[in-house]
Amino acid sequence: MSVVADGSRALAPMPDDAARSQIRRRSRIRLYELVIWFLAVAAIIVLPSKMLILTEIAILALFAVSLDLVLGFAGIVSLGHTAFFGLGAYVAGLFARHYFAEPVAGLILAGAASGLLGFATSFLVLRGSDLTRLMTTLGIALMLGELANQMGWLTGGADGLSGFSLDPILGLFEFDLWGRNGYIYCLAVLFTSTMIARRIAYSPFGLSLKAIKTNPMRAAMVGVPARRRIIIVYTVAAVMAGFSGALLTQTTSFVSPDVLAFHRSADVLLVLVIGGTGYLYGGILGAIGFTLLRDWLSVVTPQYWMFWIGLLLIILVLVGRDRLAGWMQYLPGRLAQSRSSRS
Amino acid sequence: MLTILFDGIAYGMLLFILACGLTITLGLMNFINLAHGAFAMTGGYVTVVMMNRYGLSFYWCLPAAFFVSAALGAILERTLYRRLYQASHLDQVLFSVGLVFMAVAAADYVMGGQQQLIQLPPELSGRTEIIGIGIGRYRLFTIVVCAFLAMGLQLILSKTRFGSRLRAAVDDRRVAMGLGINVPVVFALTFAFGSGLAGLGGAMGAEILGLDPNFPLKFMIYFLIVVAVGGTSTVSGPFLAAILLGIADVAGKYYVPAIGPFVIYGLMILMLIVRPNGLFARGGAR
Amino acid sequence: MLSRRIFIAAAGAVLGALGTLPAYAQEVVKIGLILPMTGPFASTGRQVEAGVKAYMAINGDTAGGKKIEVVLRDDAGTADQTRRIAQELVVNDGVSMLMGFGLTPLAMSVAPVLNQAKIPAIITSATTSAIMKQSEYFVRTSMGGPQSALPVATWAVENGLKRVVTLVTDYGPGHDIEKGFVDQYKKEGGEIVESVRVPLQNPDFAPFLQRVRDAKPDAVFVFVPSGVGSLFMKQFVERGLADAGIKLIATGDVTDDDLLNGIGEAAKGVITGHFYSADHDSPENKAFVEEVRKSNNGMRPNFMSVGGYDAMHLAYMALEKSGGDTDGTKLVEAMKGAEWTSPRGPIMIDPQTRDIVQDIYIREVKEVDGELYNVEFTKYEKIRAPNSAQ
Repeated sequence: MSVVADGSRALAPMPDDAARSQIRRRSRIRLYELVIWFLAVAAIIVLPSKMLILTEIAILALFAVSLDLVLGFAGIVSLGHTAFFGLGAYVAGLFARHYFAEPVAGLILAGAASGLLGFATSFLVLRGSDLTRLMTTLGIALMLGELANQMGWLTGGADGLSGFSLDPILGLFEFDLWGRNGYIYCLAVLFTSTMIARRIAYSPFGLSLKAIKTNPMRAAMVGVPARRRIIIVYTVAAVMAGFSGALLTQTTSFVSPDVLAFHRSADVLLVLVIGGTGYLYGGILGAIGFTLLRDWLSVVTPQYWMFWIGLLLIILVLVGRDRLAGWMQYLPGRLAQSRSSRS
Repeated sequence: MLTILFDGIAYGMLLFILACGLTITLGLMNFINLAHGAFAMTGGYVTVVMMNRYGLSFYWCLPAAFFVSAALGAILERTLYRRLYQASHLDQVLFSVGLVFMAVAAADYVMGGQQQLIQLPPELSGRTEIIGIGIGRYRLFTIVVCAFLAMGLQLILSKTRFGSRLRAAVDDRRVAMGLGINVPVVFALTFAFGSGLAGLGGAMGAEILGLDPNFPLKFMIYFLIVVAVGGTSTVSGPFLAAILLGIADVAGKYYVPAIGPFVIYGLMILMLIVRPNGLFARGGAR
Repeated sequence: MLSRRIFIAAAGAVLGALGTLPAYAQEVVKIGLILPMTGPFASTGRQVEAGVKAYMAINGDTAGGKKIEVVLRDDAGTADQTRRIAQELVVNDGVSMLMGFGLTPLAMSVAPVLNQAKIPAIITSATTSAIMKQSEYFVRTSMGGPQSALPVATWAVENGLKRVVTLVTDYGPGHDIEKGFVDQYKKEGGEIVESVRVPLQNPDFAPFLQRVRDAKPDAVFVFVPSGVGSLFMKQFVERGLADAGIKLIATGDVTDDDLLNGIGEAAKGVITGHFYSADHDSPENKAFVEEVRKSNNGMRPNFMSVGGYDAMHLAYMALEKSGGDTDGTKLVEAMKGAEWTSPRGPIMIDPQTRDIVQDIYIREVKEVDGELYNVEFTKYEKIRAPNSAQ
């Protein structure tokens, strides 16, 4: 994608203010972003009966955005991102059960715990090939899953952790049966996190990450400390994945070892790749598309919906996902202008 | 004690036979084929259908499983996989996961969701005591077949003309084509062979590992572990890795059941940290 | 200005919609059936669905003057999906009852929804004792915890099996059954040599069976989920445990009717205790088995299927009793203490625990007309779910 080329060009020697203005131009908020967020908020009023599935989408989107930081910006293929998601989910659940059932506090704690795990495991993804990283991350997630299953006294084992209910958010808004407040809460967290991710991604720091991804050797030669940058972004991504796990726990008042299962890592990877990597909104769009499609198919054909999803994936790959991810090019008028002014 | 060792080796051998096809596609052709288990499942179902519906002997089912899976592999290679050799790893993952999903749903539709079971011929079932070690006959059979297979594979790759052509085609496609090697055919044959091996593994594994439509998803992780730990550039690497993992898994579950499930994952991470490119990495080939 | 007006209008519409929700279910009573139709536990879903459909085929689709409509949804065995689907069925589809739940965590995750929405849920498959405490709106037609294991313990002691190793799958129902069996067995004066637990995701039973063999007990008591149960059986024989003089006693999950023929010779002579066998001799069962076979390609119903069948029966009974009133609390009240003759035999819903009270049969696998069946030879009457007694 052209974005990648931009990233490496930014490292070429150029006058200071030119670089600065380029970064500023890239980081400007675009119209399509406003449209997405506007629609997300409008859904609260327009689609009151769809709050639950929207909540699920928001959680999956946050998870995918966090994976995008790792995959799309740092270039680490991870099949075990759910380790952080699951840890966040469990921490939030245990915290609500044993100490304090206010959601925001649990959310922050869950993020912190996941971030810590992310920091600790980031050293393992620094070396090796794609396959090695794939397997290391996968292994960590699987071990955590086993751990959750084995430590029945703490996590409830395979039966899951239940029997807790969350207090109203900040003591004001209760989780209702229609899931309206839950959705608003998740959307708020998604928005905040995406904005933070965006700030990181379009900062010089984010550009240096793209440089590392595109060509590690050249990046090292112009003096980018690759190791430290990868550790930092991996940790940040882990925090966000922890947030999304905590949101899942808090909106469902239930955690089971399933949050650490392999299929979750695979799903989020699919979601992200469908939506397109490397520009953050891919995760959000992918989550919307994937969840709605799966929900629709599983109503139409409860037994065999996997077949159609599979077929779709294959077609997607054969047609070329780049063409789909480049959807912005086909948008008319001002949208296209804002993009062309950038490149 | 020795029985445990024996069981571990048998289990490891089974893992190897299932995963070695993946070693070929992943290691030699550099294609991340997560749908490998789907070919194994095909082999398993071929066996089940032949034995249970047509009453054919188990020994005929094994080659049949191999050839049906290989044929399926060849067809898919020609029509679909071929287009993706040059694609990114992500595309390959996405594509093969799609294929797995389709295979799972299709198997469910055609064969039903329940476990499929087969009846082994009497000479393979049961168990024999040899100098105090209990030997399961079927497990012994598995070990023998796999050992031959591993040796044969190693010989084909290192000694035959086809093997050297394949390695040439992998190392530098353009030069190989320039030398008159028909790369697409070599790749197609290799892919078919790898799929056939998976089919054979599925057929042999049906007795011990079970067979249901979820097979490709359930065992995908195990295949990947074997290949990742063993490294992707040789046959002996995954072979040793599979046996090691098999023994560790069985022994771990026997002696320390409480932490049994962790052993295989822990070992994998440990080995990946110590040797990130696999047990026998071919130094700097790629 | 305009936007505010739209907002108010929209909000009004929403409130209006919410207000009309209860009135939605006037002529038709909807029942939400949530099952794992895909994933590792798909066969559970398939069986329960077959049972539900068989009931409606035999008994028609009206109860209490209302037309019954079943809405089937797949949760793929994932707890958060179950919860979302349950919530959506309640809020959007206006179902009056929920039904299904293939596994313990799936049922657990729904409890908060039930408590909030005050809607009854009939559990057709999940068996853990702990579920029933999560909500006053759970009623169960499958089995309560170690219900089937207790008579097996009693039977084992009565028949001279004094030293037993237990082998269960390491998850909720497994722990439940292990505890139930061990307590009962010790009470009867038997000795537990060892308790082995097998991980849920476990491809090979070899190490565990070897452990059992090396402990040299009189018998091994086994509980594993039905799909892997058949694999277990084969490996049990292969390892020569039977030749080493170790008897296999189990709950009926191991000799699942659905898979019994596939296990073949190996299964013959195995003693199990369970609440349902397709071989049960009663007119109700004959009709049931025939209907399921007819509409499912010759599939034999198993204990999951009968759970679905009885769940429907209970739902119909409750609606008849309430005169078609779909108020959740009234429906649960109507279900308490219900008694009827199911294809499995006489059963009752315990008014205190809302759990099922049923006869447990001790069966032996035998060949009947060229097919293998669990042939019942003794029964222990009116067994209560021990752990969920409050």
